Amino acid sequence: TDRRTFCLFLVPCPALQCVGEENCVDSRTVYISHKEPPPGTEAFIQQRFPDNRIVSSKYTFWNFIPKNMFEQFRRVANFYFLVIFLVQLIIDTPTSPITSGLPLFFVITVTAIKQGYEDWLRHKADNTINQCPVHVVQHGRKVREQSHKLRVGDVVLVEENEIFPCDLILLSSSRDDGTCFVTTASLDGESSHKTYYAVQDTKAYKTEEEVSSIHATIECEQPQPDLYKFVGRINIYMNNEPVARYCPNFNWPVIVLPSAVAIYTGMETKMALNYQSKSQKRSAVEKSMNAYLVVYLCILISKAIINTALKYLWQADPNRDEPWYNERTEAERQRAFTDFLAFMVLFNYIIPVSMYVTVEMQKFLGSYFIMWDDEMFDEELQEGAVVNTSDLNEELGQVEYVFTDKTGTLTENNMEFIECCVDGHVMPGSDSIDMIDTSPGPGARVSLASEREELFFRALCLCHTVQVKEEETVDGIKHGIHQGKSSSFYISSSPDEVALVEGMKRLGFTYLRQKDGHMEIINRDDEVERFEVLEVLTFDSVRRRMSIIVRSNTGSELYLFCKGADSSIFPRVISGKVDQVKARVEHNAVEGLRTLCVAYRPLSPEQYQQVSHLLSGAKLALQDRDKQLAEAYDRIERDLILLGATAVEDRLQEKAADTIESLHKAGMKVWVLTGDKMETAAATCYASKLFRRSTQILELTTKRTEEQSLHDVLFDLSRTVLRHYGGMTRDASLSDDCTDFGLIIDGATLSSVMRPNQQGSSSGNYKELFLDICRNCSAVLCCRMAPLQKAQIVKMIKASEEHPITLAIGDGANDVSMILEAHVGIGIMGKEGRQAVRNSDYAIPKFKHLKKMLLVHGHYYYIRVSELVQYFFYKNVVFIFPQFLYQFFCGFSQQPLYDTAYLTLYNISFTSLPILLYSLIEQHINTDILKKDPSLYKDIAKNSLLRWPSFIYWTVLGVYDAIVMFFGAYFLFDNTTFTSNGQMFGNWTFGTLVFTVLVFTVTFKLALDTHYWTWINHFVIWGSLLFFVVFSLLWGGIIWPFLNYQRMYYVFMQMLSSGPAWLSIILLITACLLPDVVKKVIWRALWPTTTERIQVGSDLNGQI
Amino acid sequence: MMASSYNAKEEDGHHPGSSNHGGTGPSSSKKPDNTAFKQQRLPAWQPILTAGTVLPAFFIIGLIFIPIGIGLYVTSNNIKEFEIDYTGVEPDSPCYICAQNFSWNSTTPCICTVNFTLQQPFENNVYMYYGLSNFYQNHRRYVKSRDDKQLNGDLNNLEDPSSDCEPYRKIGGKAVAPCGAIANSLFNDTLDLSYVESNGTLNSIDLQRKGIAWWTDKHVKFKNPAGSNLSVAFQNTVMPVNWRNPVYNLDPSDPDNNGFINEDFIVWMRTAALPTFRKLYRIIPKKSGAASTLPSGSYRLKIAYNYPVLSFDGRKRMILSTISWMGGKNPFLGIAYITVGSICFFLGIVLLIINHKYGNRSSSADIPN
Repeated sequence: TDRRTFCLFLVPCPALQCVGEENCVDSRTVYISHKEPPPGTEAFIQQRFPDNRIVSSKYTFWNFIPKNMFEQFRRVANFYFLVIFLVQLIIDTPTSPITSGLPLFFVITVTAIKQGYEDWLRHKADNTINQCPVHVVQHGRKVREQSHKLRVGDVVLVEENEIFPCDLILLSSSRDDGTCFVTTASLDGESSHKTYYAVQDTKAYKTEEEVSSIHATIECEQPQPDLYKFVGRINIYMNNEPVARYCPNFNWPVIVLPSAVAIYTGMETKMALNYQSKSQKRSAVEKSMNAYLVVYLCILISKAIINTALKYLWQADPNRDEPWYNERTEAERQRAFTDFLAFMVLFNYIIPVSMYVTVEMQKFLGSYFIMWDDEMFDEELQEGAVVNTSDLNEELGQVEYVFTDKTGTLTENNMEFIECCVDGHVMPGSDSIDMIDTSPGPGARVSLASEREELFFRALCLCHTVQVKEEETVDGIKHGIHQGKSSSFYISSSPDEVALVEGMKRLGFTYLRQKDGHMEIINRDDEVERFEVLEVLTFDSVRRRMSIIVRSNTGSELYLFCKGADSSIFPRVISGKVDQVKARVEHNAVEGLRTLCVAYRPLSPEQYQQVSHLLSGAKLALQDRDKQLAEAYDRIERDLILLGATAVEDRLQEKAADTIESLHKAGMKVWVLTGDKMETAAATCYASKLFRRSTQILELTTKRTEEQSLHDVLFDLSRTVLRHYGGMTRDASLSDDCTDFGLIIDGATLSSVMRPNQQGSSSGNYKELFLDICRNCSAVLCCRMAPLQKAQIVKMIKASEEHPITLAIGDGANDVSMILEAHVGIGIMGKEGRQAVRNSDYAIPKFKHLKKMLLVHGHYYYIRVSELVQYFFYKNVVFIFPQFLYQFFCGFSQQPLYDTAYLTLYNISFTSLPILLYSLIEQHINTDILKKDPSLYKDIAKNSLLRWPSFIYWTVLGVYDAIVMFFGAYFLFDNTTFTSNGQMFGNWTFGTLVFTVLVFTVTFKLALDTHYWTWINHFVIWGSLLFFVVFSLLWGGIIWPFLNYQRMYYVFMQMLSSGPAWLSIILLITACLLPDVVKKVIWRALWPTTTERIQVGSDLNGQI
Repeated sequence: MMASSYNAKEEDGHHPGSSNHGGTGPSSSKKPDNTAFKQQRLPAWQPILTAGTVLPAFFIIGLIFIPIGIGLYVTSNNIKEFEIDYTGVEPDSPCYICAQNFSWNSTTPCICTVNFTLQQPFENNVYMYYGLSNFYQNHRRYVKSRDDKQLNGDLNNLEDPSSDCEPYRKIGGKAVAPCGAIANSLFNDTLDLSYVESNGTLNSIDLQRKGIAWWTDKHVKFKNPAGSNLSVAFQNTVMPVNWRNPVYNLDPSDPDNNGFINEDFIVWMRTAALPTFRKLYRIIPKKSGAASTLPSGSYRLKIAYNYPVLSFDGRKRMILSTISWMGGKNPFLGIAYITVGSICFFLGIVLLIINHKYGNRSSSADIPN
């Protein structure tokens, strides 16, 4: 389950961190292109570095068997059976070692095959990565190498859109300034393009020959996992003279074009070091299973203790201990204290040896149904659901909290310019070029409005940080977006800006490029307009706007263009059609569009002088520079004239609202965790029906906490919520139309809620209070979240009192932390790379598939696994309890009731397949009904089928069945014969009779629980009974070299030749099944669950 | 403008295709097959256990089981069975002296006779059993203590029995045949039955020793070691320590009933399931004509008292029983059938009421949501 791509590279050290010579003990020296340094400078020590081979597989061909055995026997259950097996080998025990050895061998083999197969897949994946081609510069030539052959010191040529094969230092790039753009999404989740700079002294070396001529060594530290720290220095030798430099601008790695030198390779790369094996997630079912196992272990031990004690009591009379007919051997007399172990061995079958392997197989095979699901296949991506861990299938049916990312998960993450509103005139953005051109106002263009309109477009074309990238061989989605004449496209760290600039292009204003301090745009009349960029007032999250001051080349007018969130623009506007624009902005925000306002301010040369004076003053300030800059910005960005507003849509994913509604109905709480700003996020929440019109929104944001202390706000909110709910409980009848609450919290406030207070005592209170509020809210929106905060929230909910099952779903690398933290992590195959998918437990193409995943697959898997677990314990109780009872009638001598063959094969062949099949294909309700009626999900919430009462019910049922079987046979055998020829049966017939009833009863019990009888069910259930009968006949009946004198010879046949045996088998099976049937029927009639009502309903419908 | 706060979520060169080769998962890039099995849409019969559907089954079970039960009960009651305890615990019981004076070393058997009266005649074949109580034939040490291979006539095991037979494996270096505790403790009382005529004369009853063991045991599972003469075949072995006669001389009257295939021996070797058990001893075949096999009247049982049971608080019994198709007298099965049948019938009525009262409710109840 470890999968990753190794698009590896090193991330720059933010600040220069040079270490003194004395600290460089743990350092490595890398010789670029493996050239020895000139003599005399320092000793040339060829250090040995690992190659670039990636190994994610666990085993090799040679160590598979020992290593796999070791790992398997580390599991408690397997170890337990191994011990039992060894005990059987060593001491004289009632059953042959085969009885536990064979099932154990079977289990171990099946698991080994499964793990071997998985490891083989990993080997294959590793090979794909290791053999992926890399360009290496050797002796002035470009050579293709396989990735795994890369050595430290190789100079690597990475081309555009390639993935870095290992950690690299950027030597030079194809761009003149030695920069390159890199995304680090697969490392830290930031998918924005980052600019990295080549080492100053090498950036001039561009061609392969030049690069090969570099003679330098790099000293750097040994590999360490910290992504953001890299310390080293480069020594460049020219004419054999060292030109040592303390890494002046060591702004490392990253490479888009040319040459880079490999620093860390293979398993030493930062990524590999950061790659931790995901902590094993265990499902709630597995936890219940282990709890049950402990109970059964206790039962087992107490049974053994009771029997041992009784045995000694019984033996106290020497005539009973050793009657004349049954003396011990000398050896037996001397051997003591093995009785307890012998009883343990006799009863050890109560711990279902094959349960683990069956559960594992069920999960492994069952997960294929998710992958095969047609409805979860996305035509567009050509991909279906992916299962990375099959351990959590049933957890999908237990989810109580859903944490979802917004962008890319709820929404498409495909920004589209929807409209702009200039002076209150709404202009649709898409498919609208014609509309504009043919719009009724060609004449209006000359009007004031048109002038404003053009200004507005210019503003949007100028006021941004978009970079233009010349089109070369870039493929991908972007290709389709701009069909324009120029073959360039835009890159920006904000997709909104790209959408805006592209929107402008459609409206006739094309941003060309920035050149020599001038921005060039093409206006509607295909004329190039040039604007000199004078100042850029960059964006920051406090001001929430950015401005640019430009001088028009044509008219030499000076303009300040400002673009920002409505809340930060409107207060600064002095004129313009504020009301209309405001109304439109609000309208758009409610629609879930991302809105921005645009304003401008014409500057006179004097004003500009003032402005530039202000700015330069602030920039030169030695103290409080940031503060002074902010003040300067504040003074500059005022007296604005409102131009209009834009609306960009990040469209909701198909059926997102429907999905969220279903999740709500299924009793899940949906939290949206996003890095986005509050308004947009809230709008999305409304659009996706997370918040309804009736929802009362509680805000816990920085804005509020600025006004009141956090303490007060929290108490206020909790009072509101609790008062409301207090009122509700009084007249619960009104609860339906009561408003529900939605909470909005932002990252800053959250961190202050989570932050331990100075007085340690009250810190917990905040958290508790916050949790209290959250619990009473139907929906929670957390905005402005850092990736780590997302995980924190998940962790907090996980750790709360009820320990709810959480599910996190996201598409980006910034969701990875929460995906890993939550009980179930789901990745969306979005546009942001595969990081989330790779770290998730399950991956689906679209958010809407979550519905089927949880409501159908999760539900089924839970039902299936819980039945599987309960049934396994049940059938082993029924199996072993008669054996326990028999001890009371055989002098506690550990005499087994059943023959060795039956003991061995009961779990691995007579009763294994029906339950495995049940657990794969059972459907208690039709898929369609499950999807239609999400409330059915509540029926299985809180692990309801594996709670103690139902576990006790199954166990009691098992004990009852065992008692019926044993005493039924006992009374039948009671001192009489039941053959028509007067001959008597012995103890093996007794055991066989019980065993026959047993096999039939447990199989029929499963048949009664099966709601979905396909031909496979019929085949397996009747087939396994038939197999039992045929096996018994063969084992006891056929004349075979050694079978004809073994103890089971003809026992089964003899039993079947007697009428009363048949009658009693029928009677006992009926008596065993009766209580369960009656319980089911009565419960269904008197206290039906929703599920059962629907079953009956659909049944009736089906009949009609 | 939101650059600093907003993680750019644009395509970054890692479009799915390019980074896919990192995934090792079984991610299928092709559309999954639309087969019924893979889509979990196999046609299926979907039965639901409701009061309505189970009702008829309960009545039917009740209606079938009760007559069967009555039939079984009547059959069982028609079986005649007579049982007499001859252990000799009580001082006034005829075998008291034999029981008290038992010695392993005595060479002559202690004989005691027990008189009893059959109130009713026994028709058809009558089966004579001996019964033992508190005898743990199902003790693990005991059950195990045999060598099936030896009993199957294997020559190697004849002279070198399995270690399972310990401590009844070898005596003085010679293999015990048959070895083991079960064989060693072979029941060796001899029971003779005579009818006491009204004039006091004893009329010995013919007891048949054939057909008391399973046919397969006698012919397949147990075999004598090869050899024309049994005593020669067993010459390198010794008889079990508690035996009076060697294995090749168990039945002097019938040379074919000796060795390992002696039927009394085979019967004994089939270990009983419970500590109180009976084993078939003899068959009294039905007389030709209309005469009862055992007419009512007085009988005398002559016992060669060889088998000690008092030491472990055991009891010995002699049982005479007729047999029906369902075996010996055992009212359990009949009663159980009647009980289960009645319960089913009763439950059927309960379910009828429930179905009547609640059935409509639950089926017509509004399905929530």
